[in-house]
This record gives sequence, C-alpha cells and structure tokens, in this order.
Amino acid sequence: MSENNTRVIVITSGKGGVGKTTTTANIGTALANMGEKVALLDADIGLRNLDLALGLENRIVYDIVDVVEGRAKLRQALIKDKRTQNLALLPAAQTRDKSAVNPAQMRQLIQELREDGYTFIIIDCPAGIEQGFRNATAGATEAIVVTNPEMSSVRDADRIIGLLEAQDLRNPYLIVNRLRPKMVKNQEMLAVEDVQDVLGSSVKLLGIIPEDEVIITSTNKGEPAATLEGNLAGQAYRNIARRLRGETVPFLDLEEKTGFLDRLKGLFGSKK
Amino acid sequence: MPSLFERLFGKREKPAETAKNRLKLVLMHDRADIPGPMMEQMRQEILTVLSKYVVIDEQHLDVSIDKADGGIALVASIPIVRVNAD
Repeated sequence: MSENNTRVIVITSGKGGVGKTTTTANIGTALANMGEKVALLDADIGLRNLDLALGLENRIVYDIVDVVEGRAKLRQALIKDKRTQNLALLPAAQTRDKSAVNPAQMRQLIQELREDGYTFIIIDCPAGIEQGFRNATAGATEAIVVTNPEMSSVRDADRIIGLLEAQDLRNPYLIVNRLRPKMVKNQEMLAVEDVQDVLGSSVKLLGIIPEDEVIITSTNKGEPAATLEGNLAGQAYRNIARRLRGETVPFLDLEEKTGFLDRLKGLFGSKK
Repeated sequence: MPSLFERLFGKREKPAETAKNRLKLVLMHDRADIPGPMMEQMRQEILTVLSKYVVIDEQHLDVSIDKADGGIALVASIPIVRVNAD
C-alpha cells in the first residue's frame, strides 16, 4: 500500500462529551478488524482518554509530546493493540497542555505514519475551537463531525463545520450519536433528518448510533463495543467502518418493534 | 405563536419541533456573526453616506444584528439632529 492511499481523518465535535473518543476507538477497532492498518492519534493533550476506551492505559511508555520533543521515536511510542491486530495508538501526554504540539509537528507525525504504511490515521480531536482543534485538524484530509440530537451539540457542530471549511476540510461526514429512537418517534427528540436539515447539505450522513448501555459497560472494560456481537451500537459502528471503506450499507432500523401492549395502548388512545 | 384555538384546546408544538425551530434561528444568528472591525467599518460607511443628507447624533447611533421573521436583520437606530440645509 503506498503512502498516498492513507486516509487521514479527524474526529471532532466542538462540544465535549458527545462521544468523540468512543467513536474514534470504535471506528478504529472496526476498521482494523476489517484488515486495515490503523493508527489512532489522541490529540487531546492534557486530557488523555483514548487509551482508556481501548483498554491500553497500562501499556503507555512514551506519548505524542515525547515523540515531538525527540525523547522517543514514533515507533517506540506507538502501542500495538494485542487483541486487535493492525491497530496502534499514539497516546496524548497527560501532564502537558495543548501548546506542547504545533500544527507543523502534527503534519510531520502524520507524514511519518503515512510512510509506515498505515491505511487509516484517525485523530481524536479535543473539544473546543482553539489551539487543540487547530493541531488536530492540521494534517487531516477528511473530517467526521460527531453530534448528539440535542440543541447545544448541534449548534457547536455547525460552528465546527464552518471552522473545518476554513481549514479546507469541506463536506465533513456527520455521525449522530446517542439517538433515542423511542423519543424521536414521539417527537420528543430531534430526528436525524432534523439535524441534517438544520446543518445543511454540506454534511454527509455517515452513521447513526443509538443510545446503548453497552457503550458504558464496554468502556468500563476497555473493549470497544464494535468488537462485541449482539448490540446495536457496535453494529452501527461496524457499519460506519464499512461505509468509510466505500461500501454502501443501509442505515440500521432503529424503530422499536411495537409489542402487543403498545398496540393495545394505541387502540385506547392512551398517551405515554 | 399558537393560535387562541390551539391554546384553548391544547394543541402543543412537539418538543422536537420546538428544538428545531429554536436551533434554526440561533444558527442563522451565529452564521451571520459579523466581526467587530467589519461592523465598525459598516457603521462608518453608513454614517458617511447619510451625512450627505442629514446631521446624525453619532453618540446615540446603534447598529446591530437582530432576529426578524424567519431570518435575521441588520437593525440601525440613527437619531437625526436635522436635515442638511444644502
């Protein structure tokens, strides 16, 4: 695989807590399991978390700042996931801040990873729109915006889309995370179509992740849900990975199957 | 705005609809965010044009971006002292 085929994707959101890190861990793991050679880069310097999502926190020796400042070679700092072949993590530094790395250094790192034959380099962007955002987006050629179907995160996503455009990252992918199908059905929560309508046609819908308790339990164990069978969120993440590889995969049917009791309630017009 | 009928008989806007409408407005406002220096330049140029015809009370001049029906508007309050004689 030549270095020109490397996809460099930044995962961003503006607002914190919408699921960037979980998304990075899951998409990365799913892609690696499909045979891609994946490097995950935690650009959230000072607030290291991607290692936890992947269960790699005990294996960190060097971090991104050690590499940038010449204390370690990139290959020494990269942690190879033993459970998922082809998956490597470059951890963030925990005791430094966003100014420890600059966009030029970021681009240099990505260039080295390209030369090492990675097919996907996925960057977990910190929340916010300052230095950390500029670093994380510096070497990327594609962007994924993660949002929740909720006002403030959609507003921040809109702002981020504008800032990505200013960095020449046009037409970002959109992931709507933590959707609650039942609430959407009752028109209590923004639907994916509403989010798309509000954000405009410049974004391409890449995936819809339902709110799922498995995300909490799998994160507790450090095993991304995408590696587990029999749960919707993991399935949705695997579908995203397939779409990124160019496959056409229909969106999951998240509509709750209505049971007998629901139909009975419907018959008598009772409100929930 | 719900009509009297809707208010009396409780036809309510669904929460998702409320959120969508509020979001649309706030995003229009956000997207039209005009940087301070540009706003100041606009203010100055409006003043220059208007000063050809009227004398303006510059101390009480106010130019701002506001929400309007279904969109946003540049709203200017320009107190006129008197019309220019020539």
